Amino acid sequence: MAQAPDAIGSLRDETMIINMGPQHPSTHGVLRLELELDGELVIKCTPHIGYLHTGIEKEMESRNYQQVVTITDRTDYLNPLGNNLGYALAVEKFFQCEIPERAQVGRVLLVELQRISSHLVWLGTHALDLGAMSAFLYCFREREMLLDIFELCSGARMMTSYIRVGGLASDLPPGFEEQVQAFLDLFPSRVDDYEALLTENEIFMERTQGIGILTAPQAIALGLTGPPLRASGVRHDLRVSRPYSGYETYDFNVPTRTDGDVYSRYLCRVAEMRESIKIAQQALNRLPKGPFRTLDRKVSLPPREELYSSMESLIHHFKLVTEGIRPPAGEVYVSVESPRGELGYYIISDGSGIPYKIHIRAPSFVNLQALPPIMEGRFVADAVACIGSLDPVIGDVDR
Amino acid sequence: MTEVQEAPEPHAPEEPRVAAGLRDRFGDAVLEVTEAFGELTVVVARDRIVDVCTHLRDNPELRFDLLSDLTAVDWLPMEREPRFQVVYHLLSIPHNERLRLKIGVDEDDPVAPSVVGVWPTANWLEREVYDMYGIRFANHPDLRRILMPDDWPTHPLRKDVPLGEEAVEFSQNVHPQEP
Repeated sequence: MAQAPDAIGSLRDETMIINMGPQHPSTHGVLRLELELDGELVIKCTPHIGYLHTGIEKEMESRNYQQVVTITDRTDYLNPLGNNLGYALAVEKFFQCEIPERAQVGRVLLVELQRISSHLVWLGTHALDLGAMSAFLYCFREREMLLDIFELCSGARMMTSYIRVGGLASDLPPGFEEQVQAFLDLFPSRVDDYEALLTENEIFMERTQGIGILTAPQAIALGLTGPPLRASGVRHDLRVSRPYSGYETYDFNVPTRTDGDVYSRYLCRVAEMRESIKIAQQALNRLPKGPFRTLDRKVSLPPREELYSSMESLIHHFKLVTEGIRPPAGEVYVSVESPRGELGYYIISDGSGIPYKIHIRAPSFVNLQALPPIMEGRFVADAVACIGSLDPVIGDVDR
Repeated sequence: MTEVQEAPEPHAPEEPRVAAGLRDRFGDAVLEVTEAFGELTVVVARDRIVDVCTHLRDNPELRFDLLSDLTAVDWLPMEREPRFQVVYHLLSIPHNERLRLKIGVDEDDPVAPSVVGVWPTANWLEREVYDMYGIRFANHPDLRRILMPDDWPTHPLRKDVPLGEEAVEFSQNVHPQEP
């Protein structure tokens, strides 16, 4: 059937809008990208998010401070211990209570192990997206060891709720130190294995070098933090610039690169895994005996033995269980360095046991804004590499 | 991009010099300065926020180049005027300082100037505030809902919007409540 030549001419000039997601193996969660394509070139990329929005911030306004910890696990679900820590530090800032050494060191150790575990998921899925399937299985094999350690401590592989306001939920169990040491002995050679597969792999380099470039001023203007910012040449790491939990006493580097492409972000994160091993080893070496949570009775429950002999402890216990902890009225903003960047908790307290407002500054949410600038003007085949390099976790994006 | 931008040494918390500098330059647009828990909060007049932010970003002694966070608060149950406040958390990477800025937004005129022109980060953050609180941002390039469905009737984080309940089936005389 002959068509008018004009109609055919105008068809050839149209761009095509295709949908990537929300159900897609490479979008790292329920992320929908509306891509306007001219042939293979991405003209415009519009991310649509909210598919995993569960009203977390609203829920937090109806729970007491101890209950909120369990919700924080579920925002960035690859970094539950890190989320717990950020939240605990924010609430503890209201109280200015002293956290015992064992809890501080234990927190740093667990958070660094969590960072390794999160980067393993990132590396495995990023490589898998680009076609390197073995890397995925190797990374998840090591991650199993970490999940076993988290399960040993808290009973849960992922949603641990183990770092609580005032310290840890329970003492680090027997066998913990041996298991962590076994992992730390094994892991450096495994990172070498991953690098052997990918870092000098021609295909990997072709697919990641020169792709998705962001300059330092662009990155800062977009509010990027974490490995994408450091890959663009800005040595900014909250563990160093605004240390918490004793990070200033640990000896580690902050890997930074200057090219700002997907390959640089890969190198930064792999180097970060190695730095986390160093920090975790230092923490393990200095893990002291002692209480695992603060002795401030306005924040932590008294030990059970005291309840039988001390009236005051009994009253504290009663008030903590029925009313919950009650920070003084005011507001704080505390941020920690999550594997994705600056994870911040802005908490407004009205003096009661229930937070007035909690806002989670989600690193993935802000970092994902950088996706259209790095994707537009590039081939659609690079889309997957770009998404992987920003490492979004949709639970963190949507909350 | 050939040099790495190094960060300065860990820094004492923000000093009131930031606030003094702002008062000198913006006079009575600076409504309130408080310091609590080691954090500096400055409340600014709504209509001057873009000027204040531009100054904070560009002045070499301040250089608040990263907008960490932008959110809003609904003070309805506290019966405070104005009902809303938009809260900005700024970070200066070169000086390693933090600052919290706030502006008041009335219930009857829930509009605030957009700071997208100062920090492109504000784009999605302001969309989220619009989505959750119903505060419109003037001069925002793409103000539409971001997390909730496009046709959602309420602004969920407002204090007069209930958390919502799930209908419980097979309970006697319990009817699902409208959100």
